[in-house]
Amino acid sequence: MVVTPDHLTLQPRVIFEYNGSAIIAMAGKECVAIASDLRFGVQLQTLATDHKKVYKIHDQLFLGLSGLASDAETLSQRFKFKHTLYKLREERDIKPSAFAQLVSATLYEKRFGPYFCQPVIAGLEPDGTPYLCGMDSIGAIETAKDFMIAGTASDALLGICESLWRPDMGPEELFEVTAEALLSGQGRDCLAGWGAVVYVITKDQIIARQLKERTV
Amino acid sequence: MQYSFSLTTFSPSGKLVQIEYALAAVNGGATSLGIKASNGVVIATEKKLPSTLVDEETVKKISLLTPNLGVAYAGMGPDSRVLVRKARKAGQTYYRQYHEQMPVAQLVREVAAVMQEFTQSGGVRPFGVSLLLAGVDENGPQLYQVDPSGSYFAWKASAIGKNAINARTFLEKRYSEDIELEDAIHTALLTLKDGFEGELTGETVEVGIVGEDRVFRVLTAAEVSDYLQEVE
Repeated sequence: MVVTPDHLTLQPRVIFEYNGSAIIAMAGKECVAIASDLRFGVQLQTLATDHKKVYKIHDQLFLGLSGLASDAETLSQRFKFKHTLYKLREERDIKPSAFAQLVSATLYEKRFGPYFCQPVIAGLEPDGTPYLCGMDSIGAIETAKDFMIAGTASDALLGICESLWRPDMGPEELFEVTAEALLSGQGRDCLAGWGAVVYVITKDQIIARQLKERTV
Repeated sequence: MQYSFSLTTFSPSGKLVQIEYALAAVNGGATSLGIKASNGVVIATEKKLPSTLVDEETVKKISLLTPNLGVAYAGMGPDSRVLVRKARKAGQTYYRQYHEQMPVAQLVREVAAVMQEFTQSGGVRPFGVSLLLAGVDENGPQLYQVDPSGSYFAWKASAIGKNAINARTFLEKRYSEDIELEDAIHTALLTLKDGFEGELTGETVEVGIVGEDRVFRVLTAAEVSDYLQEVE
């Protein structure tokens, strides 16, 4: 039997669960939604209830970063930086699919000392089709046609997303389903919660709503 | 302590004579030209060989940079290969990062930046080549010319090398906005023929095309011969 030392098995798990997070992205018909909880804590102690984990890259592309909050902050700044330079260079917004590859390449550059974050990317391609993907902390991409989840609440989120998601939802329905799935899922996780923020991206608008929630 | 000063320094009149000498090398080189059509781009170049004993099949003057983009040069062949190597690497670096083909304008900017760097760095000389880059991307067909100074322009049609001035005059007369790729190939060959010493054959001219399928390819000697016969 192989005995793995405690510091190898425990440390990676604990570091991803240090601050707590819950992120969902869902695809609708010519729209996508991405949402996160608002809790920021250090292990079981809640320090803030206004910590959004979803970042806007441009009008048609959002990035959710679950995991260690300090690394998420650094990553969000790096991707903002990269996109600003990309836009100046190419005089266009980056496509979600190309951005996903950029995120993947950036994470894999730190293969042996990774950022402790698992990103979720949601956006609309130039032709209006939804793009969704998630990846692990070293950039292995997983694309999905329906929904993507990440964070400490992901076990609970998976089941509720499978029950609630259905194809070809319009923006309003997509908002309801995403919000309902996130609130139900994060309710089962003591490290995530304290309300949520939901973004629904359509061809010509972004619907942003902040939800209040009682968390014991 | 070792110093390496730039050889390219301003003359009192404000000129960089090293760049002018580089342009002289370009203007002495075999003619290359390019035409942007409504549905693609064609580039063509003379293949002047120093001796009839050279195996002409091994001489290639048009190179593929990315699947949708190719380049022809006028001037010093070895210098062009350095740029081709750097451009290919830039194209692959871009693809590795975004999993998308590099847009034509981006690659041109990258190559132009390299050429500029060699006018301002120590221990180097400017490239003795001008390049014609032909490609098709999301922004449609594009033809760019890059000079030794690192300046670049997008053209509807252009020519570089020994017979460039005559060729451009010829192209100005022949060019129309709605020209199609097949006609552009004919015009390209006619323009080359205008200033060519000797007979144009599939072996003495090289043609590269890229159409709406966004695949750049160099025509075979047999294909070029066929086009030459159509031009007759």
